[in-house]
Amino acid sequence: MSAIKPLVSVEHLSLAFTGNRKAQALTDVSFHLHAGEVLGLLGESGSGKSVTLRTLLRLHSERTTQISGLITVDGLDVLALNSRALQAYRGATTSMIFQEPGLAFDPVYTIGQQIVEVILAHEAVNHSVARHRALEMLDRVQIPQARRRFDAYPHELSGGMRQRAMIALALACKPKLLLADEPTTALDATVQIQILLLLRELQKETGMAVIFVTHDIGAAVEIADRIAVMYGGRIAEENAVAGIVQHPSHPYTAGLLGATVDSSHRGKPLISIPGSPPNLANLPPGCPFAPRCTSASDQCRTECPSVVESPAHADLASPPRLACWHPIR
Amino acid sequence: MSSRARISGRSYWFVVFHQLKHEPVALFSALLLLLIFLAAIFAPWLAPSDPYATSMIHRLQPIGSPDHLLGTDELGRDMLSRLMFGGRLSLLMGVAPVFMAFVIGTSIGLFAGYVGGKINMIIMRMLDVFYAFPSVLLAVAISGALGPGMMNSLFALTLVFIPQLVRVAESVTTQVRKLDYIEAARMSGARSFSIIRVHVLGNVLGPVFVYATGLLSVSMILGSGLSFLGLGVKPPEPEWGLMLNTLRSAIFKEPLIAALPGAMIFVTSIAFNLLADGVRSAMDIKR
Amino acid sequence: MTPIILQVRNLKKYFPVRANLFSREQKFVHAVDDISFNVTKGRTLGIVGESGCGKSTTARLIANLMPADSGAIIFNGEGVGEIGGLELKSFRKKLQMVFQDSFASLNPRLTISETISYGPMVHDTSKEDAHLQAHDLLAKVGLDPDLFASRYPHELSGGQRQRVNIARALAFNPEVVILDEAVAALDKSVQAQVLNLLQDLKAEFELTYLFISHDLHVVHYISDDVMVMYLGQIVEMGPVEQVYSEAAHPYTRALLSAIPSMDPAHRTQKSPITGDPPNPIHPPSGCRFHDRCEHARAICASLVPALMPVQSSHVVACHMNHPSSGYETSGSDVQYASAGATR
Repeated sequence: MSAIKPLVSVEHLSLAFTGNRKAQALTDVSFHLHAGEVLGLLGESGSGKSVTLRTLLRLHSERTTQISGLITVDGLDVLALNSRALQAYRGATTSMIFQEPGLAFDPVYTIGQQIVEVILAHEAVNHSVARHRALEMLDRVQIPQARRRFDAYPHELSGGMRQRAMIALALACKPKLLLADEPTTALDATVQIQILLLLRELQKETGMAVIFVTHDIGAAVEIADRIAVMYGGRIAEENAVAGIVQHPSHPYTAGLLGATVDSSHRGKPLISIPGSPPNLANLPPGCPFAPRCTSASDQCRTECPSVVESPAHADLASPPRLACWHPIR
Repeated sequence: MSSRARISGRSYWFVVFHQLKHEPVALFSALLLLLIFLAAIFAPWLAPSDPYATSMIHRLQPIGSPDHLLGTDELGRDMLSRLMFGGRLSLLMGVAPVFMAFVIGTSIGLFAGYVGGKINMIIMRMLDVFYAFPSVLLAVAISGALGPGMMNSLFALTLVFIPQLVRVAESVTTQVRKLDYIEAARMSGARSFSIIRVHVLGNVLGPVFVYATGLLSVSMILGSGLSFLGLGVKPPEPEWGLMLNTLRSAIFKEPLIAALPGAMIFVTSIAFNLLADGVRSAMDIKR
Repeated sequence: MTPIILQVRNLKKYFPVRANLFSREQKFVHAVDDISFNVTKGRTLGIVGESGCGKSTTARLIANLMPADSGAIIFNGEGVGEIGGLELKSFRKKLQMVFQDSFASLNPRLTISETISYGPMVHDTSKEDAHLQAHDLLAKVGLDPDLFASRYPHELSGGQRQRVNIARALAFNPEVVILDEAVAALDKSVQAQVLNLLQDLKAEFELTYLFISHDLHVVHYISDDVMVMYLGQIVEMGPVEQVYSEAAHPYTRALLSAIPSMDPAHRTQKSPITGDPPNPIHPPSGCRFHDRCEHARAICASLVPALMPVQSSHVVACHMNHPSSGYETSGSDVQYASAGATR
C-alpha cells in the first residue's frame, strides 16, 4: 500500500492573507490521501480547515494571499497550473460541495441545465448524452421524481434536496477527489444523517477520495477513515477515526472530545477548554494551543512542535501523527 | 479582533478617525477642501483686489499677468479674487441644502422606518412621487416656480435632497430595527423614543451621513447649474456657476480663464466624493 | 410540589404569505398551532425540533416580541398584558431572553457596560448604580470588568459576547430566562464553557430556563423536561430522561437515532426517516408527521392526535400510543447510545 503514490499530497503548505485583514491562516500543513480514502479535517472556526480546502482548488484571490509549499493532486502540481489547466482540474479531477448549496447554484438556471453545462464544459459529449447523464446523477443522489426536479430552479427545492442536487453537480464529471466543506452543518438532524449516508454510499460506489471538513466530531466519525485535527492553522493530530475518538494524544483533541456534550455528562460540569481560539493575525510564538493548554510548559510557549509520525506505527500506510511536546499517553 | 493588550475603551468616532488616517486619498481631499474653505471664508482679507472692481482696459488678461495672478474676466475683474469670493456662495450652495435635508430627511426616515407598516408605506409612496423626477429637473422646476434668488434656490435644493435622504434613512432603520439588539432593548421594557435615541439613531446616522457627504458635490453642481441658468445668484455676485456662464463668451479668446470656475467646481466636488468614499470605508468597523 | 411559574395556553400564530401577486387566496404559515404547556419554577424546559417547527416563534410569543393570534401567557398566576393582570413592563423584568447571534444582539455603538446598564436604567436605576451592577455582573459571567466594561462588541470573541448577553439578561434580576439557540453558534470548546456558566448561574440566581435548541445532546445535558415540536405542534413532552430513553413518538425516535454515533465501529447504517420536513404552509392533515412515519395508519391522516399521557407527566400525541393500536412503545429500538460508554 505504501508503495503506491498517494492521490493527494500536501507538503509544507503555508498561507498568509495579505489584504486588509492580515492573517497567518495556515502554517506548515502537510498531509496525504490515497485514492478511495476519506479524510476528515476537524477544527473550530479559524483553525484553517476551510482555507486548506479552498487552497486545494486555488479559490483564494492570488493578489491578497501568499502561498508556499507543494500541492500535488493526481500527479498535477496544483499551485503551478496555468488558468486553462486549472479550469480542467476544477470540476473534473477535483470538485467541491459547500455548506450553503443556495450559493453554489445560479438562481436563474434550472438544476438540470447547470449539471448539463458542467458535463459539456469538461467532456466531449453531445447535449443529449449530457442530459441523460445529468438525469442519472439526480437519480443516484436519490432525488425523488428526478425528471421533474431536473427542470426545477434551485429555490424550488428544500434544503436537503438542494444539497443532494449539489452533490450530483459535483460528481457529474466523476472527480477523483471530492472536497466537502461542512456540507451537513446547515441541515436539520434528520436530513444531515441522510446526506452523510448518501455521501458514504457514493464514495464506496465510485471509489473517489474525499476530504470532509467539519467542526462536528460526530459527522466526521460517521464518514471519515482518518481524522486530522486542526488548530490555529496547523495540524495538531492525525490518526484513524478510532484512534482519535478513543485515544486522543493531543490535549486539544482530548479537550474537544471532553467538551462535546453527550448523555454521559448529565448532571456534571463539562470539561471545557479555557480561553478563546487564537487570533490568526497575532499567533503566539510557540504552540498555538499553549495559552489554553493545562499541561503547557515553557518549551510549549516558545517553541512550536512539528508534526511527527508515531515510530510505533511506522509500518502503516498512514501512521498516526502528532504535534505536541507533552502528548497524553 | 483586537489584541488583548488594549484595555481602555475608545469612542466610535475615535476609531473611525484612526482608520481614516490610513486613507491617503481621503486625507489629501480633506486637506484640499480645508484650503478651499479657508480661502473662501477669509476671502475679504486674503483676496488681492476687489472682486467687483471692473476695468475696461484690463479685460481678459491671461493667466500669470503681473497684477492678476489668474488673469481677469470679461469685465476686467480679478479672477483670483472672484474665485475666492465665489467659493463662499458656491460652498454655501453645496453645504446648506444638504445639511437641512440631512436633518429633516433623517427624522422622517427614522420615524417611517421604525413605525413600519401602513404609515411607512404612505410616507414612502408620497416621496416616490418626488423621486420619479430627475433631480436637475426638479430643482429647476421648483426654483423656476419660486422665482430667481439665492434663498429660493437653497430651498429648492433642500426639497430635492429630502426624498433621497429619507429613503436611505428609512432603509437603514428598517434593517437595524430587525436586529436582535433592538429586540433585546424592547425586552427591557423601554419606550420607543428611548430605543430610537439610544439604539437606532447612532447606527443609522453613519450610513446616512456618508450618503449625505456624497450629495455635497451634487448640490454644489446643481447650485452652480441654477446660477448658470439664471435661477440662482444674480450678477454681479461672484459665484462659480454664474462665472462659468458669463465667461462663455470668452471661451475662444481665453479658454483657460473661461475654464477656471469649472475647474474649481470639478476639483471641489471630486474632493467631496473622495472624502465621502474614505469616510465610508473608515466607518466600516466589522467584527 | 414546586409551583408552576409560566403557563402557556392555546398559543397560536399564523404568518400570512402572499403566494403570488394575482392570487386572491390568502395563505398562512402555521408557525405555532395551538400549543399549551407549563414551566415549573426552578426547572429547565428544553424545546427541540427542526427548522420551521415553531420553537423560535414560541419563544418570541412568550417574550411578547410579537403579538399572538390567540392564546394566553400566565406568569405566576397572572395573565400577562391582560386587564387586571400583570403589566407588560413589569413582566419584562421577570422574563428575559438571550439570542443566538451574539453579534447582532449587541449594539455595536455601545460599550459593554453601557449595554448591560441600559435595561436597569429604563427601570429607574441611577446611572452610577447601573454601572456598578454591570461590573458585578461581568465578574459573575467570568469577564474581568476592568478589562471588558469599556470595550465594544467587535473587540470580543463570540463566547465573550454571549457572556455579555447573559449578563444583560441577568441585570433585570429575572425569574425566567429564554435561551434561544444561545450556544448554537459557538465553537464546541467555548460552548462547554457557556453551558457550565449557565448551570452555575441557574443555581446562584434560582433561575428557570426555557432552553431552545436543535442540538439534542445539549438539550439532554441541560434540561430537566423536554418538549419536542414538529410543524408548529407539540408531539411529545416529559422529563428528559424518560423521553430520551423511552421515546414514545416516532418522530422523537427518528430525531434521537439521527444523532451521529460517535463510535467508528458502530456507524449509523440506515437513516431513521427519509425526506425533508414538509412545508408549514400546507401542513399534512391529521397527524402532521403521518407522511414520513413508517407506522402510519389510515386514522393518522384523518384525525389529529391529542396529547395523551404515557406515564404521569410524559405525554405524547400519537394514535399508535393508544393501547388498542397494537403498536409497541417500549423504545428499545432507539439507538441513542452514550458515547461516553464507548470511549
